[in-house]
Amino acid sequence: MSSVYERIGGEPAMAAAVEVFYRKVLGDDRINHFFEDVDMERQAAKQKAFLTMVCGGPSNYSGKDMRAGHKHLVERGLNATHFDAVVGHLKETLEELGVPAELVGQVMAVAEGARADVLNR
Amino acid sequence: MAKVRHESAWYPLEPGETVLDGLLRQGVHVPHACRAGACQSCLMRATSGAVPEAAQVGLKDTLKARGYFLACACRPQAGTALEVAGASELRVPARIVDLESLSGDVVAVRLEVEAPFDYRAGQYVTVVREDGLARSYSLASLPREDRLELHVRLVPGGAMSGWFARDVRPGERVHVQGPAGDCFYVPGQPEAPLLLAGTGTGLAPLYGIVRDALEAGHTGPIHLFHGALEPRGLYLVDALRALAARHPNLHYRPLVLAGGDGDVEEGPLEARILASLPKRPVGWRAFLCGNPEAVLSLRKKLFLTGFSLKDIHADAFLPSTPRAGPVAGAA
Repeated sequence: MSSVYERIGGEPAMAAAVEVFYRKVLGDDRINHFFEDVDMERQAAKQKAFLTMVCGGPSNYSGKDMRAGHKHLVERGLNATHFDAVVGHLKETLEELGVPAELVGQVMAVAEGARADVLNR
Repeated sequence: MAKVRHESAWYPLEPGETVLDGLLRQGVHVPHACRAGACQSCLMRATSGAVPEAAQVGLKDTLKARGYFLACACRPQAGTALEVAGASELRVPARIVDLESLSGDVVAVRLEVEAPFDYRAGQYVTVVREDGLARSYSLASLPREDRLELHVRLVPGGAMSGWFARDVRPGERVHVQGPAGDCFYVPGQPEAPLLLAGTGTGLAPLYGIVRDALEAGHTGPIHLFHGALEPRGLYLVDALRALAARHPNLHYRPLVLAGGDGDVEEGPLEARILASLPKRPVGWRAFLCGNPEAVLSLRKKLFLTGFSLKDIHADAFLPSTPRAGPVAGAA
């Protein structure tokens, strides 16, 4: 079966989704301090890689990378509440872009699977 | 340990040290200014050995392919032996032909370049003095004009700006390297609304961009905001008012934080810009130049209001940074 990534349109869909998603995250005072970056293009590229991964697209992320990449944020207080907020924005983003509920559910399951690694548990 | 060969001598680098710091520490003269990989003053060329990818970020592909890299961003891995040369072949000789005071602390420096020099209005160049002192400045001129024009803010204790203010006479020779930067107008979508916002000498690239867009036949509204602390920090006010009088689609708004009057509006730049935007600024393009905090903050706010990242061109003016540590303001 083809991935969600392929079924919703591949790279162009990710490019469209990342701006919507990044805007939500950056506008959310509960979590935006984890996403502040002088280099907004670099931050957007990271988030595009994240969206691509949770949608089952081509990705180089491993669980180990997820742990290492979020360790400094966990030290700064990243917790389950923040994780839930990000996942909420992810869900809203996909819904706004018209992704069918069944596919959104699949993406949510992948994202949930990354919880332990992201939170370094 | 990594080592670097420059003009037939080898120089060892400390662990984690950049090529720029290592060479300067050992007495080698390398032009440099921002030390943050932005101004490109410290451009060098690797004649043998590989440089890390991070040392070529932001360079044109043609320069990358020829081995050019930024010495301030180049930390070779342990064991690397790198042979480098300066980038003098990329510098063109130029002559300062005119200096004009634009305000209490801004001088227009006009140069004639003695070789063909292609650039886009709004890009920046590095001026290299004979002794190697280098500083980057945005271009306020248009490519079709004979002279390059820079707006130099006189910084207290500034090495290059002090030289311009006190010592330079027309005829003085320098070298110009560049251009660099991607804050410029691209023709197409002539009806798109443009937002140009700058603080201080951030007006320089905007003065080029606005005239470039108008000459290219841009018909959409162009909103040009120029912010300063007080009225004497503004400059080119009459020239821009005259330009706006000739082009009904140009809306020029000089703005000061204090000391405004009937002639000049008073208020915070960012808030006034945001208040002037429609609720959903679809299809807008923005050009932001000047003070780094102002530029970065405004870029974020514009993105949040709906600007696409690719439509925001930001040029944050970084201060030059001496070797002893980050001290702002010696531009």
